[in-house]
Amino acid sequence: MIYDPIDIALLLGKIALVFFVILTLAAYLVFAERKVLAWIQDRKGPNRVGPFGLLQPLADLIKLLTKEDFRPIGADKWLFYLAPAMAAIPAIMIFAIVPFGAPLTLFGHTVQLQVSDLNVGLLLFMALSSVAVYGVALGGWASNSKYALLGSIRGLAQLISYELSMGLSLVPVVMLARSFRLSDIVNAQAGCWFIVYQPLAFMIFLISIAAECKRIPFDLPEAEGELVAGFHTEYSGMRFGLFFVGEYINIIVLGGLATTFFLGGWHGPFLPPAVWFSAKVLAFAFLFIWVRGTLPRLRYDQLMHFGWKILTPLALVNILVTGWWLVLRG
Amino acid sequence: MKILSDIAALVTGMWITWKHIFRRPVTIQYPEEKRTPYPRYRARIVLTRDPDGGERCVACQLCSGACPVDCITMQSAEDKDGRRYAEWFRINFSRCIFCGFCAEACPTLAIQMTPDFEICKRDIMDLVYEKEDLLIDGCGKSPDYNYYRHAGIGVTQPRGSGAEEKPPVDVRGLLP
Repeated sequence: MIYDPIDIALLLGKIALVFFVILTLAAYLVFAERKVLAWIQDRKGPNRVGPFGLLQPLADLIKLLTKEDFRPIGADKWLFYLAPAMAAIPAIMIFAIVPFGAPLTLFGHTVQLQVSDLNVGLLLFMALSSVAVYGVALGGWASNSKYALLGSIRGLAQLISYELSMGLSLVPVVMLARSFRLSDIVNAQAGCWFIVYQPLAFMIFLISIAAECKRIPFDLPEAEGELVAGFHTEYSGMRFGLFFVGEYINIIVLGGLATTFFLGGWHGPFLPPAVWFSAKVLAFAFLFIWVRGTLPRLRYDQLMHFGWKILTPLALVNILVTGWWLVLRG
Repeated sequence: MKILSDIAALVTGMWITWKHIFRRPVTIQYPEEKRTPYPRYRARIVLTRDPDGGERCVACQLCSGACPVDCITMQSAEDKDGRRYAEWFRINFSRCIFCGFCAEACPTLAIQMTPDFEICKRDIMDLVYEKEDLLIDGCGKSPDYNYYRHAGIGVTQPRGSGAEEKPPVDVRGLLP
């Protein structure tokens, strides 16, 4: 492989762009969530800072940065400091494999609009999404607080319930695209989106990613109202901010992956590919906010029951049916 | 099929929240827009005067006794004509819970609640209102009432000239 300086510059440019866009979008997703939830509840939401409250994320950031960085007595110092990073970093890293636009040609180089086109991209996603839960587990364990510990135990129990069905729901996608490479999966959907062939797998994946990013029907690790704030009870300032922003980055990233796997990625008529991709991702984000405004929280055992006794068998049956269908079609 | 009814319930809930997104918010943007409180809203307490301009309060301590948080204190005094008044009268609004018991207890309708709810202060000591802060030049919610026209025999008018009062009977004239 030849390392052309222009290639390297383009790669660094892509990384910087992804970082900037993802972090800004995550901050504004917090704002959007507060606004949409307010509208659902017949309120107005934040509207004081700047026009229509648009500078609210900035004000929140200043607040988080100037708060006291608090560590409880008896907390495991290094794990306590490590956990927020463990929650936020894998979430951003997953986005490295998501193709967010059609390949461009710049300075005579073909630029994939994707930070890294790995041939095992889908497996990397599964691995990193499992790593992300370490942030929850370690944060709760290191805090030396019963609420945080209960939250992290729930987080782990939740992980083993949804991770399996999430993985199994992606198997039909791989069978249809015949590749783990995300750009191949997107290209396989140029004609027809996989949601048409795989509505059941899409539903299972959607439910699983709601559990993955700890959104409301499955927000057991946080469960404000039962566990104070769950695993991040003892965190303050920017460390709490990292957990928080990590959760919203997770929404964007998982929305992006759901788009890539089932909604044809950046494919779409008339509009530029990147616009299609962002529209689909934002639609997922809106769906999550909408669901949060509607549904109550499930109980811990209900989630495990649902994951193990319904989602996983359904996903297995779906794989079998897909296999038969592919064999019969030849 | 239970699962179908469950899904229908989910969809109904989602539809309801969807409709509420487009509904007008009920929020009142407080410092800019203010709602008009009802006339009987219980907020800042005032001491009113009777139609003749005299103080209604007779410093009977009933409001102070009725107050569940003990925020009213006063010192009674008496004029040369026998009319009682409060030498000083103090309400600590930082303790007041605006229950209105004082206004209900008052026999002369002197102490009354007003709808003015904006009494925030920078210094908590400013919330202790003295008599000159409380006393208003008006009759409040009972414009025609003058306690001394109905009671307080012989204080502001001669005996027998009150509103529901008959002239005193000459006891000797009743003798057989």
